[in-house]
Amino acid sequence: MTAAGVSARFTEGDRVRVRAAYPPGHMRTPFFIRGHVGTVIRFVGTYANPEELAYGRDGKPKQPLYWVSFPQSDLWQDYSGSPKDTTIVDVFESWLDPLDAGEAS
Amino acid sequence: MTDSDNKASPLPSAPLSSPGPRHHDMGGQGMKDAGPVDQVEHDYAPWEKRVDAIMRLVSDRKRKLMTVDELRRGIEDLGPGAYEDYSYYERWISSITNVLIEKGVLKIDELGRRMEDVRARWEQAK
Amino acid sequence: MTAPHDDHDHGHDHGDEDWPYPHPKQPDLEDGPVSEHMIMTEAVAELLIDKDIFSAGELREMLESIDSKSPAEGARMVARAWTDPDFKARMLDDVNAAAEEIGIDAGTIPIRVMENTALVHNVIVCTLCSCYPRLLIGLPPDWYKSRNYRTRMVREPRAVLAEFGTEISDDVEVRVHDSTADLRYMVLPMRPDGADGLDEDSLAALVTRDSMIGVSVLKPDNQK
Repeated sequence: MTAAGVSARFTEGDRVRVRAAYPPGHMRTPFFIRGHVGTVIRFVGTYANPEELAYGRDGKPKQPLYWVSFPQSDLWQDYSGSPKDTTIVDVFESWLDPLDAGEAS
Repeated sequence: MTDSDNKASPLPSAPLSSPGPRHHDMGGQGMKDAGPVDQVEHDYAPWEKRVDAIMRLVSDRKRKLMTVDELRRGIEDLGPGAYEDYSYYERWISSITNVLIEKGVLKIDELGRRMEDVRARWEQAK
Repeated sequence: MTAPHDDHDHGHDHGDEDWPYPHPKQPDLEDGPVSEHMIMTEAVAELLIDKDIFSAGELREMLESIDSKSPAEGARMVARAWTDPDFKARMLDDVNAAAEEIGIDAGTIPIRVMENTALVHNVIVCTLCSCYPRLLIGLPPDWYKSRNYRTRMVREPRAVLAEFGTEISDDVEVRVHDSTADLRYMVLPMRPDGADGLDEDSLAALVTRDSMIGVSVLKPDNQK
């Protein structure tokens, strides 16, 4: 899948780990998913990078964006809702690493 | 089923040395201080809608003077107190004004003078 | 701030019925103290108009546009989706394009709809700010922007839903969508039982704003 010359690295069903990075400044990856493993639900297009746009720059290169699903019981150790419950977050590709083959989630 | 008595549990995969989330990054944070959602609503005041209209105009495709990302960055950089001390559109107009000053669209001097004009006019109209 | 005119005292020295004008010249200022932020807003607007960045007319048109958006537009789309499977499929693909089909301008920020089913209940939050499909269904309610909603919805969604009177069975997945980036989200609520004989307008009248955020489900009598 490509858009504007940017190709999406991940596809539906891919297991990904959100980078456990904690830089200062403006970013759109919420703290509560960093370091966690999720599953790509969909590639939803490429968008100008908000981490650049926030400081008046042009946001290029554009970034692929994904819906990534996380089981609630993985995000919160003591989650007491149903084990079926999930949270979906929109995550830009630069924040995602592929889950290494054989790596436990 | 209720999951209301959760404590804020540490994120298992966050390194111990990592800084905590910034104040605006609220998901699941500070649970021990979080309470019921207050469902009381207010109708937006005319001045609040004006703030929204100004933002939509300066960020539209024709003008592109600032982006919503700059608006958000500016709100975040108002600091933790702003979320407690300012209302929603007070944060917006503070951020919009700061960004437009940074970009040279507005000058501090002219803004200060105009604010005094507005204040005087409104005092007189009372 | 929008109490009926005759329900509150403006503190003017005009009387009641014999005052010929509907409202004084500074309606923004009547009901509360003038704040620095209100003064700043007015000064910024005036300076931007003076600099020809936008005209007073463009500002007024934008205010009218903001006022024209309401949950009724989303409700029309939901009712159409319930009655027209092909429309629903197109709406699930692209809300903005589907809106245009039925004469609704949903703006250029892409909106996606999450469909509630017997197996999945969706609910929308923005933990980082207050992203909301405002170009389709208007400005968000205060609680959507509140710290408690943004903090707790991803952490204990069922407890928050219960506060809104919404109990979701354990065999249904509660799917929270945290709206963090360039897309905006709404929920396609399930059609209530017992609404079979209704036409599209009557169905639209059943659809509430809260059901399109996902904090409530629709009941046949539209009682919350």
